[in-house]
Amino acid sequence: MLCDHCGKNEAEVHLTQIVDNEMTTVHLCPACAAEKGLDAGTVTKNLPLSDFLAQMGKAALADEEATIVGPCTYCHTTVDDFRRTGRLGCPHCYSVFETQLRAILRRIHGSTYHMGKVYVPPTSEAAERSARLAGLRRKLQRAVEAEDFERAAVIRDQIREIEAGIEG
Amino acid sequence: MRLFELRSMPDFGLNWLDASGPDSDIVLSTRVRLARNLQGYPFSVRAKPADRAAVLATIREVLERSAQLADAVIVEIERLSPREQRMMLERHLVSRELLGGDRETPSSSALVVSMQKPVGLMINEEDHLRLQSLTSGFGPRQTWHLVDSLDEDLGSELPYAFHHEFGHLTSCPTNCGTGLRASVLIHLPGLVLTKEIHKVLQGITQVGLTFRGLYGEGSEVIGNLFQVSNQTTLGKSEDDLIDHLGKIVGQVVEYERQARAVLLRDAPYVIEDKVWRAYGLLRHARSLAFDEMMNLLSGVRLGLSLKLLPGPSVYVVNRIMIYAQNAHLEEASAGTLSSSELDIQRAVLVRTALAEAESSTASRTE
Repeated sequence: MLCDHCGKNEAEVHLTQIVDNEMTTVHLCPACAAEKGLDAGTVTKNLPLSDFLAQMGKAALADEEATIVGPCTYCHTTVDDFRRTGRLGCPHCYSVFETQLRAILRRIHGSTYHMGKVYVPPTSEAAERSARLAGLRRKLQRAVEAEDFERAAVIRDQIREIEAGIEG
Repeated sequence: MRLFELRSMPDFGLNWLDASGPDSDIVLSTRVRLARNLQGYPFSVRAKPADRAAVLATIREVLERSAQLADAVIVEIERLSPREQRMMLERHLVSRELLGGDRETPSSSALVVSMQKPVGLMINEEDHLRLQSLTSGFGPRQTWHLVDSLDEDLGSELPYAFHHEFGHLTSCPTNCGTGLRASVLIHLPGLVLTKEIHKVLQGITQVGLTFRGLYGEGSEVIGNLFQVSNQTTLGKSEDDLIDHLGKIVGQVVEYERQARAVLLRDAPYVIEDKVWRAYGLLRHARSLAFDEMMNLLSGVRLGLSLKLLPGPSVYVVNRIMIYAQNAHLEEASAGTLSSSELDIQRAVLVRTALAEAESSTASRTE
């Protein structure tokens, strides 16, 4: 299908809108879409939310101009990153950006309270084992990247030992 | 758990096409997915290759011990050719996100599919884990139970990121809380022809549901196929979300049946002509663009539902819809095809499938 605007290139962006009970679909090539301020990569996925977040972010910041939040101490995501992509970086971001998020969640979902099933984490023993394995795997990866193969071998054995414990 | 060879299983992951589910003359499929993340790692998009590898390894280890996925196969996306990746997308088994969207194929992304039940997982998608179930016809409740039971199973071993107030934590705040998205793929030619569709679509958006095209977010509506899903994931229980979707979609199915009845009552010859013309074109055309084929298949699907056409079965129509997509056509002819060659191959596939269906109907009536 060719672009509705230039009629030359293949249309890749399909924008469906409902205005006054009328549904219209515009087909645009990436170039014309970009000209109209719609980036092919983001229009399909992120635009409405990131736009919305940008608005929200502004409002939230205006409210507490003085408070500088973040970046997240764990994954280094900043308010700007969040506003630009609409994505948080890690579970810890929910604590770092809690105030802004509460406002955003209320706007998106009409609520901030999880009413669904309460997740019961694995027994502390299993959780601990899993956390230890996760930590060791990261260490192993770093050791391999650093070409420290002696250390990598030791870590690999530790991982095997814990895994054998699970099976046994 | 085995590694998977696409060529060894031609119908891989396509059980939902069999049109065995409730209302499958109108609702093609029901999908329910749950978004989950593991504690202690950045979300997939922000994660470094080592984190992504560790997430995959952690989940795999639990899967090895999962009774529900004992027979499952794992597909590592990186190991698939670009065409095979597109085939997975055409089968609605993976999302664009899992394939990396427009970027290069992300590391340590994987798809897990059970061979017994219609359940599976995407690993290292936008979230670490997307548990999903895809079933034939209109069955939100049973589809939800399948995913829920898998979630109970995996959640008892995997430390999910869960917050006392916000529930399950997800990369995008639009998914947090239950992490549940239920959607139905629904065929609404009656409402489109009677021009009632906009009212219905506007109605569903006012009650907390949303609609998209055949290929999900950002895709176009083609062949009168709409994907209707819940908009919010937080502040309501899973059962409420599922029941609400079930109730509203049930009404839409009812409206669609009424619209079809009105069309048959007021313009029987117009409808019959439309349906047979669609069939005739599909049965004889020598070149078919995908969109054109989808619109004609919509006519045939309507004709089958209204018993205006003796065949093919809905199953055959569903199969055509999957196998006449570009990557599948290229795979069948083992080469890259130009756009006009694709249209020609598509017409060959459709003609052959319909001719086979005709001869099997004929042999049954003899």
